[in-house]
Amino acid sequence: MNRDYPGEVILAVDTSLGTAVALTDDDGARRAEAIAADPLGHAEVIGDLLVRALADAGQGEVSHVVAGMGPGPFTGLRIGIAAARAFALGRGIPVIAVPSHFAAALTALATATGPFAIVTDARRREVAITVFDGADADGIPHVTADTVLVPAVDADAHLDGIRRIDVTELSAVDLARVGALAVAAGRTLAGDEPLYLRHPDVTVPGAPKRVGS
Amino acid sequence: MSEPLVLGIETSCDETGIGIVRGRTLLSNTIASSMDQHARYGGVVPEVAARAHLEALQPSIDAALAEAGVRLDDLDAIAVTSGPGLAGALMVGVGAAKGLAVSLDKPLYAVNHLVGHIAADILTADSVPLEYPTIALLVSGGHTSLLHVRDLTTDVELLGETMDDAAGEAFDKVARLLSLPYPGGPEIDRAALDGDRDAIRFPRGLSRASDMAKHRYDFSFSGLKTAVARWVERCEADGVEVPVADVAASFREAVVDVLVTKALAACRDLGVPRLLLGGGVIANRRLREVALERAEAAGVTVRIPPLSLCTDNGAMIAALAAELITSGRRASTLAFGADSTLPVTEIQIAEIPLTETQIAEIQIAEAS
Ligand SMILES: [Zn+2]
Repeated sequence: MNRDYPGEVILAVDTSLGTAVALTDDDGARRAEAIAADPLGHAEVIGDLLVRALADAGQGEVSHVVAGMGPGPFTGLRIGIAAARAFALGRGIPVIAVPSHFAAALTALATATGPFAIVTDARRREVAITVFDGADADGIPHVTADTVLVPAVDADAHLDGIRRIDVTELSAVDLARVGALAVAAGRTLAGDEPLYLRHPDVTVPGAPKRVGS
Repeated sequence: MSEPLVLGIETSCDETGIGIVRGRTLLSNTIASSMDQHARYGGVVPEVAARAHLEALQPSIDAALAEAGVRLDDLDAIAVTSGPGLAGALMVGVGAAKGLAVSLDKPLYAVNHLVGHIAADILTADSVPLEYPTIALLVSGGHTSLLHVRDLTTDVELLGETMDDAAGEAFDKVARLLSLPYPGGPEIDRAALDGDRDAIRFPRGLSRASDMAKHRYDFSFSGLKTAVARWVERCEADGVEVPVADVAASFREAVVDVLVTKALAACRDLGVPRLLLGGGVIANRRLREVALERAEAAGVTVRIPPLSLCTDNGAMIAALAAELITSGRRASTLAFGADSTLPVTEIQIAEIPLTETQIAEIQIAEAS
């Protein structure tokens, strides 16, 4: 970790699965964590989880907010991103966008060797899959195949023997760590847009339906 | 705190509204609309609206602060729409409001969108303050509601609402039937310019004597839409060109007639000689004209806030919160969510309960 790095405390927020909030030091040491595993109700819990995690974290100015950008069910996913951005706006500090699967991959790297796939539920009988293999020179999980949506029944065939790690809870501590690594390395891991992976579910209307007389 | 400085966040439909008020003074009414993105679908697409809110929030907050000439630190409170509205769209605003309130350590007020529409009126500095009670008719693409407002912060009653489409939705759907673009309101208005509004007698929904017992103040526009569709189809079947101007003018007249008739009936029945109009459909010139004309004949005073405050906006949300604060209401807890069907009687959501000590103090004060 770059010791000249200006940050003190990093706040991470993710609502791609449950609702996860954590604070770490800039060297990745865990300060506080507040989680609601419920895959719904993000809007209801996000405020209290933020308050609790901040209270538990103790002294130190938050210098960066890390936002988990998904993939995840859109409605829930956006709540965390909106909260992260607004929090950062309130403090006048930057938002670091990090794909949520990177956090899960960092968690997995503690025990995994060789290639592995992070697999999360994407609703509609599909799963989101990202394949990683170890970490790169910056310590960031190394992606070998970008995130794709695959029908759940086809996931094993798609992975063709790569070890699959099904994730239902995300570590915001690891999300904060990936964010800190990205800041230290001066890298951007995600754009401004959440990882929607799907177009809005709409069709352009055709001619009006006949009502008959 | 006499003049609270409040930032309001409104994301219930397709407008990302950020408003800043100081008490009853409007400092900024910043709106980013995703309307253009919905045009090709002929109506608001909830997922498209929610995506647009997430993109627009931060730039809109920045723009509002710049316009108002205040800093986030200066704020006394944050306000946000909790409902009613599109759930996924509301949740973006709720997430942002909570993030901002926790970040700044400021109180957060979760409020009702419909009551916000009424609060818009108090931001009109040069007019005399709104008198109570008043009847309020709120008409937009998302709602058509008739309310009895006895007090803005404590006592709002729903008299009636639409049973199917909102009036604005009916304009959009009929515009499509007439091959006119989205949004339908201004297009129908334009098409109706040369039309004869008495050319076709389209049905007035829920206006028969038999409807009066159960649906005296309720609205229905889907039958009207079907009647227009039938008319258009019959023209086509007969090989006659659709008289678009006449159909548009006659359709609009049917909508306007039913809205104004029911609103003035409420004024008469309840003995309330005041009518407040709100919602985006109030932009419709004919609606304002008929409302003013018939209200005057009935001895009812009509109030119409400026159009920029009639359409969905964050200033009305901030204004409602400012009134709540001024009247001594406590902030909301952080535990509320988005409620797409929030009843109008819930003006503020999740007000922090009094502690036992506070209750005891109040009892002592009341006893002495
Ligand atoms: Zn509205």
